Amino acid sequence: MAARLAKEPNPDARAAPRGDQAAAFEAAVLLHLNAAYTLARYLTGRGDAAEDIVQDALLRAYRGFDSEHVGNVRAWLLAIVRNCFLTWKARDRRGAEDRNFDGDPKPFGEDHEEKEQETPESILIQHEQNSAIRAAIEGLPHLFREVLVLRDIEDMSYREIAAITGVPIGTVMSRLARARKMFAAAWREPETNNSKETQR
Amino acid sequence: MNAVSCPCPERELLLHGLADGELDAENALALEDHLRSCKGCAAAYSEILRQKEALRSDSLRFRAPASLRRRISAAMAAENETGTGTVEMRAHRPASDGKSKFHRFNIGYAGTAFSAVALAASLILFVGSWNRTPSLDSQLVAAHVRSLLVSHLTDVASSDQHTVKPWFLGKLDFAPPVIDLAQSGFPLVGGRLDYLGGRVVPALVYQRHGHVINLFVWPEGQMTAAPETLDGYHVVGWTQGGFTYAAVSDLNLPELLEFRHALQTTLA
Repeated sequence: MAARLAKEPNPDARAAPRGDQAAAFEAAVLLHLNAAYTLARYLTGRGDAAEDIVQDALLRAYRGFDSEHVGNVRAWLLAIVRNCFLTWKARDRRGAEDRNFDGDPKPFGEDHEEKEQETPESILIQHEQNSAIRAAIEGLPHLFREVLVLRDIEDMSYREIAAITGVPIGTVMSRLARARKMFAAAWREPETNNSKETQR
Repeated sequence: MNAVSCPCPERELLLHGLADGELDAENALALEDHLRSCKGCAAAYSEILRQKEALRSDSLRFRAPASLRRRISAAMAAENETGTGTVEMRAHRPASDGKSKFHRFNIGYAGTAFSAVALAASLILFVGSWNRTPSLDSQLVAAHVRSLLVSHLTDVASSDQHTVKPWFLGKLDFAPPVIDLAQSGFPLVGGRLDYLGGRVVPALVYQRHGHVINLFVWPEGQMTAAPETLDGYHVVGWTQGGFTYAAVSDLNLPELLEFRHALQTTLA
């Protein structure tokens, strides 16, 4: 266990033959590509930036991957995605402005082409609700957005979120509680004219 | 904003923990009990569940475009050939030395952080669970490993039980039995305060042929007799005379059981 704590990817390991490693990587890490992309989409609010970030993250993951020493691959990969996002955000002027999503001409469209072809009313309504939810999530400040997405979209446990974001678990809990309150406020707004409020 | 529901402030985080399945059984039961009588908490709780339900929809998750998968495969293939940054990657973001150092740090950091935070996490989330659970076993092993890692094996180094026992007085709200087992081949080397499940517990440190045994003692709960093995460490517990004991060591299991037997006999 002590050895595992101390182990870091060996920078000189790149020259080693990587056939097995590549296969292991595909099996273990690429499996979580959608999760990585989803996180990047919510963090950036932009499809193009999310693609760059995920590509960067996957390549970093590939260089550092060691199947024996990465226990929780999904959480490990999401931590790398988050780091890549922070790097991107620091570099990208537009990224510094959290709430600027104007740059994305089709904010949610391109991954759902199949669904858009047939749009019976029920699907349309579902679509609108999901757009409202996405907008509410993306409107949250970064720290709260990431904790909400990691918990409720990516299904990470508190301790995994603590590891990914590098904060104590108590901070994760209080941020999550605040994030959910903020999300509720933003999400409920378009809903106020239906009956949800009176149910209580 | 227009929240009708006002949960008890001290239970607010716990409500989220319950909804997320992060509470241990004892706390979950207590909170569920409370929800039956407290309207504010019950309303807040059902609002949390409603939100979680809404966020469960698959269409809120994005699928990576096929073009991205192709880009990644190409970048990986190029990485294999050159063993360094790829042409495609350079086109997107020029890699400098400083940056590659940074990413190595990140990756190493992620791994280390998981282990470290996992330890810390189990300490906070399972407060109050003093009966034997897998989490208690892993906390015990974690505490044992920590005591070896950070050179904090003993706060009071002494083989004299009459020195160690008084040292705990005033630091704990109970007086743990302190017994030297040198005659049975397990000399006491000292004592330490440790932190388990949200409270301070004494750890007595024994030695056997260079192996360290941490004996944790607390005045409540139950410990089943079956030994448990985690990450190569054995956990052996028992309950006796109102105290619960858990011995953790990398010592081989028969000798650790011998340690337990020797202590049980002396305590009886």
